[in-house]
Amino acid sequence: MAAVSIRDVYKSFGPVKVIQGISMEVGDGEFVVMVGPSGCGKSTLLRMIAGLESITSGEIAIGGRVVNKVEPKDRDIAMVFQNYALYPHKSVYDNMAYGLKIRGLPKAEIETLVQRAAATLELSQLLKRSPRELSGGQRQRVAMGRAIVRQPAVFLFDEPLSNLDAKLRVQMRAELQSLHRRLGTTTLYVTHDQVEAMTLAQRMLVMNQGRTEQIGAPLEVYTHPATTFVAGFIGSPPMNLIPGRIAADGAALVTGEGERVHLPRAVAALANREVLLGVRPEHLEACDEASALLRPQINFVELLGSDSLVYGYLGTDKRGVRLAARLHATSTQAHDGALPLRFESQHMHVFDPASGQRVEI
Amino acid sequence: MIENRPGLRLFCHAMLLLSVATLAFPVWIAFVASTHTAERMLAVPIPLWPGSHMLDNYRTVLVEGVAGASTAPVSRMMFNSLVMALSIAVGKIVISLLSAFAIVYFRFPLRMVFFWMIFITLMLPVEVRIFPTYKVMADLHLINTYGGLILPLIASATATFLFRQFFMTIPDEMMEAARMDGAGAMRFFWDVVVPLSRTNMAALFVILFIYGWNQYLWPLLVTTDESMYTAVIGIKRMIPGGDASVDWNLVMSAAMLAMLPPALVVIVMQKWFVKGLVEQEK
Repeated sequence: MAAVSIRDVYKSFGPVKVIQGISMEVGDGEFVVMVGPSGCGKSTLLRMIAGLESITSGEIAIGGRVVNKVEPKDRDIAMVFQNYALYPHKSVYDNMAYGLKIRGLPKAEIETLVQRAAATLELSQLLKRSPRELSGGQRQRVAMGRAIVRQPAVFLFDEPLSNLDAKLRVQMRAELQSLHRRLGTTTLYVTHDQVEAMTLAQRMLVMNQGRTEQIGAPLEVYTHPATTFVAGFIGSPPMNLIPGRIAADGAALVTGEGERVHLPRAVAALANREVLLGVRPEHLEACDEASALLRPQINFVELLGSDSLVYGYLGTDKRGVRLAARLHATSTQAHDGALPLRFESQHMHVFDPASGQRVEI
Repeated sequence: MIENRPGLRLFCHAMLLLSVATLAFPVWIAFVASTHTAERMLAVPIPLWPGSHMLDNYRTVLVEGVAGASTAPVSRMMFNSLVMALSIAVGKIVISLLSAFAIVYFRFPLRMVFFWMIFITLMLPVEVRIFPTYKVMADLHLINTYGGLILPLIASATATFLFRQFFMTIPDEMMEAARMDGAGAMRFFWDVVVPLSRTNMAALFVILFIYGWNQYLWPLLVTTDESMYTAVIGIKRMIPGGDASVDWNLVMSAAMLAMLPPALVVIVMQKWFVKGLVEQEK
């Protein structure tokens, strides 16, 4: 087991800058998820840690040893690929044993290690099969088996669940978690799926366009998004961001159309400043007219059973600021037209519209 | 065909049978000729059914040779042909595998230059470069040797190109997984690339073996000694020029024998070939 240090790492493919200065310390035994939209550089970063891509500048250290110039096989890591990359002509057993065989371990020891890894992943019955005789989930487990059989210091996962159907993904997510609990190996996991990121991570690295947007525990990222990008990326539907100017008394936000959103707590320090006011859809609640902070026009409603998603807009026509709210299924039925809504002060976020950075209030 | 008219089907089958008969008839005549005596073959009309001298003829041809311009026994020629065809087929596959592997998996200076140089040679048939090639072989004292028969034909641009196209369909992750497992380049080549290429190798072997076996012009130039003749040119040499009589029964026996190995290769390898195609999955 080992800690992983990423120090001010850059990566360019010719003139294209893919990674633009990322630093992170991953603790020994930690499960860290790198998450971001496609093309944000998260897979490239993982492949640099694996040694499959060169590092343009900066340093990556595994277990205190700088590995910039170290071959993948000497980095004491194992990687699981998105398409599993199993050797199609080898049996499951040989797929798992291949790395050990190359290292020159004695046959008996290989047998013991493979059997133990297979038992951990419930693959013992499948060892003689060839990969094409396996289902997607089983192939996924073989790919994991090939990784754990070598007892590496660090596991690297590159979107390992994205080829599975939704049900299997939930199941494999749970298996991954229990595997990590049992083995306690440092794990770096790349995904574009925020649900995977939220459920698996001890800490997550949110990336966008090759830069770090935020590093933190899932709940912290959810409750205190550092930028408007994180606010929009984590959470579904994404956080409502209402552009406007804080009124002179600091008690309301005035949108461009003159629409007022009252704030649950006055922010006098920000008076007269242009800001983005952020509220998550699930933190908006229906209320009576007297305690309403904002009154969006309802555009349409999606009934999900347990609750309903209400889409509306602030202002006089549909070109106004769009809003989404997740409300109790019953609370929308009576309303037609304007819907009075409120939210708690701890659920209020303020961002700087120019930089996108969070403004502490 | 969706139509179901008996007349049309009858017509189609008749045409097919007629075509097969047209193509097979010369082969049949060759076989019939190889079972009669030389005198019977010169009489009119020529026989259409096998005679009783088959074993005599084949033994004469294989062991003693024919009293024509060439007198070497056909067994010797067939051995020469076999060495040449096998070496060309195996050599082409080995060299093409390695060069395609280099072009696809390594980044070296002038990589694409080399690729295009190989690709351009696709357009040059042996005949075009036959004089310089002959000069080179003569200067290397390779006339009348297996080396002289094999070496000029041993590289194949076509096979290199085919393997390159196949390698490019192997996902990159396969190579990366092997690197993670600690396999070096050649280990990856042996343990992953070669086993995955089995089907392609089988198919190419069939084509290249027949190509090597049927070589005519080059062996004709590079061999002057009867003991180095290949079966294909040996048959030609059995037919003396001028007014001398031709032992057609023996010539046809030799022809039948020369036809046998390529046919066998096709029949044997076909099984592998189909099996490989059915099993293939990346």
